[in-house]
Amino acid sequence: MSQPRLSALLSTALAGLLLASALIAAAGLGDTPRQMHFDARLTPPNLDFWFGTDALGRDVAARTLAGLTLSFWVGSLAALFGTLIALGMALTAMLGPRWDALVSLVIDTLLSVPHLLLLLMIAFALGGGTHAVIIAVALSHWPSLARVLRAELLHLRQAPYVQISQALGKSRGFIVRHHWIPQVLPHCLVGALLLFPHAVLHEAALSFLGVGLSAEQPAIGVLLGESMRHVSGGDWWLGVFPGAGLLLMVLCIQRLGETLRRAWAAR
Amino acid sequence: MLQIDDLSLQLPYYASWWRRQWAEVLAGVSLDVRPGEVHAVIGASGAGKSLLAHALMGLLPAPHRQAGHLTFKGQPLTAARQRQLRGRELALIPQSLSALDPLVRSQRQVRWAAQRAGHTAARAPHTANQALAHYQLDERAQQAFPHQLSGGMARRVLTAMAHVSSAQLVIADEPSVGLDPQQRDRVLNALAALAREGKAVLLISHDLRHALPIAQRVTIMRQGRCLETAPAAAFEGDGHALTTRYAQALWRALPDNHFTSPVTQPAPHVA
Amino acid sequence: MPVICPLCVRLLRMALVLLCVAGLTFGLMLASPIDPIDAYLGPQIAQASTEQREMIAARWGFDQPPLVQFGHWLGQLASGEMGWSHVYNQPVSEVIAQRFQRSLALLGLAWLLSTLLGFALGVLAGVRDQSPLDRIINSYAYITAATPAFWLAMLGLLLFSVTLGWTPVCCAGPSGSLSDDLGLATRLHHLALPVATLTLLSTAPITLHTRARMRELMASPVATQAFAQGAGRWEVAWRHGARHACLPAITLACASLGELFGGVMLIEQVFAYPGLGRATVEAALRSDVPLLMAIALFTALLVSLGNATADGLYRLIDPRLRRQG
Repeated sequence: MSQPRLSALLSTALAGLLLASALIAAAGLGDTPRQMHFDARLTPPNLDFWFGTDALGRDVAARTLAGLTLSFWVGSLAALFGTLIALGMALTAMLGPRWDALVSLVIDTLLSVPHLLLLLMIAFALGGGTHAVIIAVALSHWPSLARVLRAELLHLRQAPYVQISQALGKSRGFIVRHHWIPQVLPHCLVGALLLFPHAVLHEAALSFLGVGLSAEQPAIGVLLGESMRHVSGGDWWLGVFPGAGLLLMVLCIQRLGETLRRAWAAR
Repeated sequence: MLQIDDLSLQLPYYASWWRRQWAEVLAGVSLDVRPGEVHAVIGASGAGKSLLAHALMGLLPAPHRQAGHLTFKGQPLTAARQRQLRGRELALIPQSLSALDPLVRSQRQVRWAAQRAGHTAARAPHTANQALAHYQLDERAQQAFPHQLSGGMARRVLTAMAHVSSAQLVIADEPSVGLDPQQRDRVLNALAALAREGKAVLLISHDLRHALPIAQRVTIMRQGRCLETAPAAAFEGDGHALTTRYAQALWRALPDNHFTSPVTQPAPHVA
Repeated sequence: MPVICPLCVRLLRMALVLLCVAGLTFGLMLASPIDPIDAYLGPQIAQASTEQREMIAARWGFDQPPLVQFGHWLGQLASGEMGWSHVYNQPVSEVIAQRFQRSLALLGLAWLLSTLLGFALGVLAGVRDQSPLDRIINSYAYITAATPAFWLAMLGLLLFSVTLGWTPVCCAGPSGSLSDDLGLATRLHHLALPVATLTLLSTAPITLHTRARMRELMASPVATQAFAQGAGRWEVAWRHGARHACLPAITLACASLGELFGGVMLIEQVFAYPGLGRATVEAALRSDVPLLMAIALFTALLVSLGNATADGLYRLIDPRLRRQG
């Protein structure tokens, strides 16, 4: 390959296109995901229903698309909040050694509980539902990013050019605007994009276990949870397609995040 | 022993994030190294000296464009022949001390070098110990990890690695950098001793003053080009025996020669 | 002395973190909409009179301020009394002991296999950057990192258990049999698919990390020098690369226990494997507060031990960090 970076750029564009088309297609679905066709229950994939139908005669293709959109928004919000918390915590750690110790303790505490268990407990404490899932994912995913940001800020504070800037009598605001934000913002952006796949996968896992999104919503986790009941009957299309859709979406987002990370690293 | 004819080299760089272009880092380099001589290649940093060494060994990173002819012992030195001769006929003493594996004791690293040079596994420890002793490295230094060695000792371990290969051409890349005068002389004398054994030594350095005492001939490089090859004896007096102004200026800029007319114009970017 | 003191600090820190985990768990349970007395009573809610409820509240201290309750709970924990699990109708400590034994086989096997496989794949991929082998292994790692664990488990179940009939559909043994009189072959037969799934999914981080280390090393002066001595790629990868990459791999493996337990929860759910992971999900779904809290603390202890081991190993093995003397 003569232009390795060009091919990376093309695959990224393809990933973005795929993601956008799924979202646009889902927007035009209307009420199809909930529509039941009682004459066509549990039909394998055919020309009318590309991904088949479920036990209530609902179109699996439509439900998968709707589920992906739901996952996308839940994941986006959770990743956004998670990043904000991480940034806030990293800034708090800058206030002084005591604050720093406190933040480190909180990070260590959260990291020592298995991820999914922490999610489960937070969702449990909040009583389940969409809000609970978003809050739980946001609350449990910030520590690793906060660590990176904290290290970056610590490094910045001791960087010679920042100290020179300080010695030259520049105001705190000037330093934050000209030295901190340009350094930390890309980390946040990339961090949020890399958080996203985790957020989406954990949201699906939580819904699958029955603690996440409510059973009426066509979330991917809920779809897969329902399909578990039909596994022994061999109704493979109920589980295969929604899961493959989720895998594809996470791969696309991974691709976008990775490209962005490399673009910043190359500077 | 080694003949370099019109060697040029291009390396890729990214003009913008996705557009790759080629930069010429060596252009029309020609020189030869004879058995029993120390041939010094002198140039400022960025002159392409280390790239020249890596091109001779065939160690350049994958995407590169190379042109010109290399001849070793009368036969063309192709990439395949380089691979075959590396460590046996061609040896490199690298510039950076980080070439020593930080997780392996020095004696063991020299032993590996001996095995790679074709010594049997049974013979290798003996050869390694001999080479290490030859460079005055005691038992403690042999059992030490690289971070426990001083700069001079680490440099001598690297020289010992080249020594066990019994290579006919030894390329030494900045062997005296960062050493105190005593250690530096020790390392340079070791190179001169290799030449006296009949090997060809290519000494790459930015330091004309310390290369001159052991070198028979000197090539001056600048911005990827060979400016001039002169016998070491030409570097005397006010340098009138030298043909290029750059070489003259370099010689006159040495502290012993009254610091006259140093090269002041900034070097344009290599393109 | 020099080794012992950092160890003390480490242990103290671990104790502090565990205390915080206890506080966090307690706080979360306190904040949950579940009434602790209802949770304690479980299905017998309807039969309990007001007096009985008050008695329970007094017995367990539910009528006292949260901080006192927390202290009480800690005291109970310290004396080994973890409470009663109404879901399993057993003391919590017994539930954890029994279930952990079964999960340990799954967790331990998957951990060992994924570490070895991940390391081997990472080294192979790193031997030559961008070679076909590297591309294949890299794609494999990226795809498995993006795969929902329970989905892959489900696919395995569909293919191997339902369609091909090679592996059992569920559980740790044939239905109706007691776990004590199962032969090793039967146990392994039931473990095979869950372990395989979990292994496949857990290799990605170690593979990618090892590969990154190998790439770094193969481009480093150490490798260049080895090539200059006439070494081949495989020799350099083995002698220098594997040596450099194995420490980070072990560290990562020790630190990944938490993530692996998450996988265990999901996999056990799909295969209806009666281990600790399934007990966790049951406890959360049916509001078994004492069990959930005890499991949280137990797994946090496990993860902390893993992290501490990772940290300690680094100091012990790397000659640059090892103290001289």
